[in-house]
Amino acid sequence: MPAPLLTLRGLGKSYGSVRANHAIDLEVAEGSIHAILGENGAGKSTLMKLIYGVESPDAGEILWRGAPLRVTSPAEARRAGIGMVFQHFSLFETLTVVENISLVVPGAKADLAGRIRTLGQTFGLDVDPQAYVHALSVGERQRVEIIRCLMTDPRLLILDEPTSVLPPQSVERLFQTLQRLKEGGVSILFISHKLDEVRAICDRATILRAGTVVDNVDPRGHDAHALARMMIGHAMPEMAHARSLTPGEVLLQVDRLNHRPDDPFAMALADMSFDVRAGEVLGLAGVSGNGQAELTRLISGEWTLPRADAGRVQMMGRPVGDRGAADRRELGFAFVPEERLGRGAVPDMSLADNSLLTAHRLGLVRKGLIDRTREAAFTRRCIEDFDVRTPGPEAEAGALSGGNLQKFIVGRELMLGPRLLFVAQPTWGVDIGAATAIRRRLVELRNQGCAILVISEEIEELFEICDRVMVIREGRLSPSLRIAETDVQEVGRYMVGTRGDAGEGDGAARA
Amino acid sequence: MTPMPFRLRLIRRDGASRRAALLAPLAALLAAGLVNFLLYIAMGKDPAAVFYAMLVEPFVSWSSFSEVLLKMTPLLLIAEGLAVGFRAKVINIGAEGQFILGAIFAASIPVWFPQATGGWIWPLMLLLGGMGGALWATVPAFWRVRLNASEILVTLMMSLIAAQLLNYLLVGPWKDPMGFNFPQSVMFQNDAILPTLIPGTRVNVALILAFVWAGLIYLYMQKSFQGYQLLVGGLAPHATAYAGFSEGRAVWLSLLIGGFAAGLAGAAEVAGPLGQLQRSVSSGYGYTAIIVAYLGGLHPIGIIFSSLLIAALNIGGDNAMVSADLPKAAVEVFQGSLLVFYLAAITLVRFRIRWRPPQEVRA
Repeated sequence: MPAPLLTLRGLGKSYGSVRANHAIDLEVAEGSIHAILGENGAGKSTLMKLIYGVESPDAGEILWRGAPLRVTSPAEARRAGIGMVFQHFSLFETLTVVENISLVVPGAKADLAGRIRTLGQTFGLDVDPQAYVHALSVGERQRVEIIRCLMTDPRLLILDEPTSVLPPQSVERLFQTLQRLKEGGVSILFISHKLDEVRAICDRATILRAGTVVDNVDPRGHDAHALARMMIGHAMPEMAHARSLTPGEVLLQVDRLNHRPDDPFAMALADMSFDVRAGEVLGLAGVSGNGQAELTRLISGEWTLPRADAGRVQMMGRPVGDRGAADRRELGFAFVPEERLGRGAVPDMSLADNSLLTAHRLGLVRKGLIDRTREAAFTRRCIEDFDVRTPGPEAEAGALSGGNLQKFIVGRELMLGPRLLFVAQPTWGVDIGAATAIRRRLVELRNQGCAILVISEEIEELFEICDRVMVIREGRLSPSLRIAETDVQEVGRYMVGTRGDAGEGDGAARA
Repeated sequence: MTPMPFRLRLIRRDGASRRAALLAPLAALLAAGLVNFLLYIAMGKDPAAVFYAMLVEPFVSWSSFSEVLLKMTPLLLIAEGLAVGFRAKVINIGAEGQFILGAIFAASIPVWFPQATGGWIWPLMLLLGGMGGALWATVPAFWRVRLNASEILVTLMMSLIAAQLLNYLLVGPWKDPMGFNFPQSVMFQNDAILPTLIPGTRVNVALILAFVWAGLIYLYMQKSFQGYQLLVGGLAPHATAYAGFSEGRAVWLSLLIGGFAAGLAGAAEVAGPLGQLQRSVSSGYGYTAIIVAYLGGLHPIGIIFSSLLIAALNIGGDNAMVSADLPKAAVEVFQGSLLVFYLAAITLVRFRIRWRPPQEVRA
């Protein structure tokens, strides 16, 4: 039996007192699609960084086709035959595809363009070499990243959560590409926490929990529940969605909102209208970059409209379009932003001081001075009620994991007792346990009569917690779809624009 | 691609230790001392004499220590005010101009009412001085908030304008008619001079004012909600917008506080040791205070120590020029190297250096 392509023996990596990886054993066979499965914070990304030479291990060894391999930089990893596509793309938007690729791959541009086309045809990665990156969809950008890796003729391709940014139809297509790569002799390490897709395409799955390997299975032989149990160590908590209350008064109304940003690469919003009533959750689905960021800022009050357009955004029945975030919050609005560090929380400040950011209106400030006792009490209550894992209110926000910080921010905003809550990407980068807890809280809040608007890229999540969804694409909204009367496929079709009036046919006109 | 012979990398420490942060200035002082020791030997000067003159002499005699305190006063006032803005990332480097305007505003009373008497005169002059400095800072604040013009450039340019305004007044309308055509104002009347604090020295009530000011800034930055909002603005501007804190107000407050402090210092200088408005009213306090603020870690307490240190080095440098025959440039080298070593030391408090020997791929 030939040696496996990649073997890890007892690999370990610690950051200070945190053991990110410990005694990892792993074998990746030639020509296989191998999944690394685990919750966020389980150590998947660290492990990939060790293999790709971004970080060096403290212990253990890496064998490449049976011989020891020491990689101290990604450049060395690439020379050895390892390529990696990161979750966040590193492409220059103002350059064309071939220009981007020529930055890392030597050769004349004309030759490169030819190779890009050939690779595209062979593996189903069609992309126009002369297209500017800013004009490409997320799926196309990912194809460019994969092509760039393939240019160096790797034997092993690492993909870090490749499907998290894609609409369902593009996921299908990516899977076909991966199958063809496998048939072409390239092994694939596929990082994910989505069980269904791992079961769909992977031959092997290595499950990580808390930095160690807990199991090594053939994912096709286990159902999603069994895999989830291995990942989180106990059974999946069930979500109970009390279906459809009778919605109350309209608490958020967006009325024919148009917005043309100064930034040429930002998305213009065209004629958006929707409302959210007390006791309902409205979800906005869509691939990011289709106007979510712009809409988010216009609703949160970080961007304001001219006075004449104040009525385009109404909260609790009052026009607020020209009002800033503080005024909107005074009306009972609360907001959990997509970026937690630097926006929803100040990384260098303690959790207690981060409470103050929005909860100062709950009497934490008296006569202009901060009441440290109340501040600490509020923070402790938030930490307990929302199960934030941290040493205490004095811990710096930047030291918390993504999931814990999100629980803290959600907790802080819920403790404000909002009538209208807006949450962008509620569980992005949050592990399954925390994500379920957050979703349950949102549904509870809805049942108490709060109006909730959720923006998310995860369709499954929206189907779990929303009463209605709308799809945002190229700055336009689809009609409102009742969850009970629609399915993932229909929402997916609106996301890629092959159905209805959501940005129908105007993609070319914009470019 | 051949690997580089070695690689130095800065790696962020898990947490900056408080003790290391406190030791950093001391380490910097030692390192600067060592380097300059070698410099003095190379120059053929007696290092012991130089160090004695620079570092010891300012503290041994009451008369020279009182001069240190006198010099420390404007540095402390200005640096505390600037630190507020620096922590909010509003970079006011025009304290020099705001200082000059404070001096001009304060001088307006003795110049226009040379006969006036009463105990209200010097307090009013200080108040006017603070207002003058703040007024000068409204210009950069306005342009920054209105047009997003960089306050760094505008404050700097306003300093140049302030210097010319002072020149104009001193060669024109405010020139002392009995002053043999020297560009200076009349000598101020007694009631326009700050009361002396310690008999026989030039230390005046402004020193107390500076300490009170440091206390107020401490309270403002550590305890008040407004100070907190400024800190958030400096650390995470997007969080400011998210929480709905006004960025414009942060810019205004930062510049007004910095301008007021510099103006107050300018007033205290003309109404203190100078006793008249002169061309050389500032001698660079507004710029030195920037160094003082950063050396003090932008912390209200730290700045008390850094202002004392820089003031002592100034006086010590003067001593060394006289008693150890050290050129002025060598004195400046000492101060400059101190800052460089401090910045290096404070970087090492936050980061550690990793040295990576070359490694080959064994494939």
